[in-house]
Amino acid sequence: MTDLDSAFAALADPTRRAILARLASGEATVNELAEPFEMSQPAISQHLKVLEEAGLIMRRVDGTRRPRRLAKPGIEAMDQWLAMLRKALEKNYDRLDQVLAKMSSDKERKPR
Amino acid sequence: MSKLTLKTEGNTHVVVTRHFAAPPEDVYRAHTDPKIVQQWLLGPEGWTMPVCICDSRPGGKFRYEWAHANKPGFHITGEFLEVEPPLRIVHVERMHLPDPTPDNHIETRFEADGTGTLMTMRMTLPNKETRAAMLATGMEHGMEASYVRLEKMIGDLVLASGAVR
Repeated sequence: MTDLDSAFAALADPTRRAILARLASGEATVNELAEPFEMSQPAISQHLKVLEEAGLIMRRVDGTRRPRRLAKPGIEAMDQWLAMLRKALEKNYDRLDQVLAKMSSDKERKPR
Repeated sequence: MSKLTLKTEGNTHVVVTRHFAAPPEDVYRAHTDPKIVQQWLLGPEGWTMPVCICDSRPGGKFRYEWAHANKPGFHITGEFLEVEPPLRIVHVERMHLPDPTPDNHIETRFEADGTGTLMTMRMTLPNKETRAAMLATGMEHGMEASYVRLEKMIGDLVLASGAVR
């Protein structure tokens, strides 16, 4: 199960967002992920742990390598949530559009 | 096509823009006249705002209470810091769940844009942890009824979904 709560907390960190962005272009090992960041491998591993616990990434066993990749269900759950929220927000403003249209037609009807 | 844009700035800001086909005077009034706010600031279907108090003067307070037939309600309180009708509103607000969340500082601008208005809302949270905590709290409590909260959440998510494309 994806825990949206920890998924959001995981995204609060710019390094972790950058890691997700890197993984979006394909799987990568801890070493490969550590390269572009001026961070130690343990520090990167800690970020990976947070992302993994949040259900946003997963690891594959390939001999001695443990490449990470994006976990589709976690990412999709957040995407769906975004769509739902965006819809609610747009609903507010669509309502406001109608309210504004009514305000303007009320004004026109009133004699000056 | 959506007229809405949402983006994050740094670790603590969220910026929302939206165009309206009405002059700044009307859009400003729709954001500050409680009888009008009550008609649109409702989030998803099923929510109402039985209490809407809004005293849009510097130092004036506001209180919005939302209710739903089968979900627990919640409310937001806040104070106006600066108002320049019809161009600008600066206020702080917090949500009560029932404990208050840290203050969100929001500057809203209404600029004439052709015959309409371009609204730009810039939110500032105390720190990135607060922004993340608000997102998390939002999910537990179905804060979707408040569009102000939504925007913060969406701001972060836009970043996230952009990163996985």
